[in-house]
Amino acid sequence: MNGPLDGGRGPGGPEDMPGAAPRIPGPRAAGDDLSPPDVLPSPPPEPLAHGVLKSLLGAWALAACSTEETAAVEEHLTGCAPCAEEALRLRDAVGLLHTDRDLDLDPLLRSRVLENCLGRRPPRIPVPAWAGAYDAETARLDALLRDIGDSEWHAPVRLKWFDGEAKVSRRTTVAGVIGHLMSVDGLVASALGLGDPAGPDAPASPAERTERLWSSGERPATRSVRVPWREQGHALVRTVSFAGLGVEQLSVSYGDFALPLQDAMLDRAFECWVHADDIAAAVDYPYEPPAGAHLHRMIDLAARLLPAALAARRRAGLAGPARHLVTAGSPGRSLHLEVEGAGGGHWYIALDSPAAVGDPERTVAQIALDGVEFCQLVAGHVPPADAAAGQDGDREAVRDVLFAAASLSRL
Amino acid sequence: MQQRLARGEAAALGELYDRFASLVHSQAHRVLDDDAAADQVTREVFGYVWENPDAYDPKQGSMRSWVARLTHSQAVHRLREHERAAAAESGGSAEDLEQKVRRASVAARADYIVTSMPAPLRAALELAYFQRRDYRQTAADLGVTEDEARRRLRLGLQLLATANTRVRDGSSPPGPGRRR
Repeated sequence: MNGPLDGGRGPGGPEDMPGAAPRIPGPRAAGDDLSPPDVLPSPPPEPLAHGVLKSLLGAWALAACSTEETAAVEEHLTGCAPCAEEALRLRDAVGLLHTDRDLDLDPLLRSRVLENCLGRRPPRIPVPAWAGAYDAETARLDALLRDIGDSEWHAPVRLKWFDGEAKVSRRTTVAGVIGHLMSVDGLVASALGLGDPAGPDAPASPAERTERLWSSGERPATRSVRVPWREQGHALVRTVSFAGLGVEQLSVSYGDFALPLQDAMLDRAFECWVHADDIAAAVDYPYEPPAGAHLHRMIDLAARLLPAALAARRRAGLAGPARHLVTAGSPGRSLHLEVEGAGGGHWYIALDSPAAVGDPERTVAQIALDGVEFCQLVAGHVPPADAAAGQDGDREAVRDVLFAAASLSRL
Repeated sequence: MQQRLARGEAAALGELYDRFASLVHSQAHRVLDDDAAADQVTREVFGYVWENPDAYDPKQGSMRSWVARLTHSQAVHRLREHERAAAAESGGSAEDLEQKVRRASVAARADYIVTSMPAPLRAALELAYFQRRDYRQTAADLGVTEDEARRRLRLGLQLLATANTRVRDGSSPPGPGRRR
């Protein structure tokens, strides 16, 4: 007896059927019997209760009912004014749903909007200039992360770097990369006295703390890492804004080495961009390099770290011997690093000792390359032997500097 | 947040942007249908909030709804200016202009309602409308009863339908009070 549409949900009480049309049956027992219709020539299905028809109005307006239900609703509408009125309203509302998803925000809009604001009312508590790149890069990555779907958080990402002699890589997921960024940013957080996301007894080495995070099964890497990562980033920017003079020199330990806070923030901004780019490639999303002013600071940090990296390679027997030692603070044999494009400039890298000063007058070699290419080299994404660099002068110096640049990369 | 803005903390401004920029930009874009104009409104709205953090009264609702109201009135203001200039050239009527403003307002209000409605309702609408699932499939996808799926679709659309009534009532949001 029960027809396929008999989803009768009584009791259709009086308030449920204002102006009830005569053909609407009275209250009936609930039944969700969706079994197929009888094979025998059957009587026409019984009309649905007013309450059921009313509950179908949303689905009807969205064309999300079965054909029979659609017909039943439409028949009901001819006789029930309140339902007809609601049906019309809901159908109009469907027209307000838009299939055109909003365009992505222009990532450069943020800095333009903030600059405009700060020009109109100068801040009493500014974000220090050396923290600007971190602020901008974390915001850009966050915009990408908000845009990707749940499944993309599990997309495989291969992180690549140069271990000093060869290219190495490690496989993780998008969520794993954010966990990595957050746990290494935790070095800066703990130096500032904020909580360390990796725990109080976490190792200082970025690679060790990352491996520990990835191997601890307790935290499945899902998109739930986004909010704590973002909040930590906001907390860092906020804290360095409030910290007093001299905070930029606060030492941040990375285990085997340390950086002053202002350089650590640049280093973290650089890592954020590099990994955002890894993520973007993994989920097929366009991603631009940082703004010129920020890129310039990142390149400058790498250039300043190069003499010490060269010396370390020399001690390890991986670079040619020092040729010409000079007293600390004096100009020494130098390589002219010419970086082209946005964020570019000229740097003179002291070749023989980190204590010497780079000097245009004592240039023995030159490397010219594009800013983004140079950063790819420093990130360990381009093997130093393949760095498409314009080279001139002392070939050993050129080779040693290219390898030292790549050796600045790490997990 | 309001106190931090009032204190002149640039980091708070950045956080404000991160929280509301996509809302502001998409609302402005819905009204103006132009990227550059939406960028401009975004700039104006954040400029206004940064310069006048005290203009926000928590008693009047959430900061989000306040920012949405500012955006809406600023975007409509621009649309009127733009359309008036265009009408002066081509001779369009004042009624055409008002109709355009009304349509744009309804569309922007609808977007706001969709992004602000409870997530379960939005998820149901997305499945039924964008993924073209019928309500039984929607119920299965969401792991709820068919009754519940029907309820969510109907309630979601009822909320959305208020976009039409609010604007028809003429209760357009108050403006920022100052314009450049």
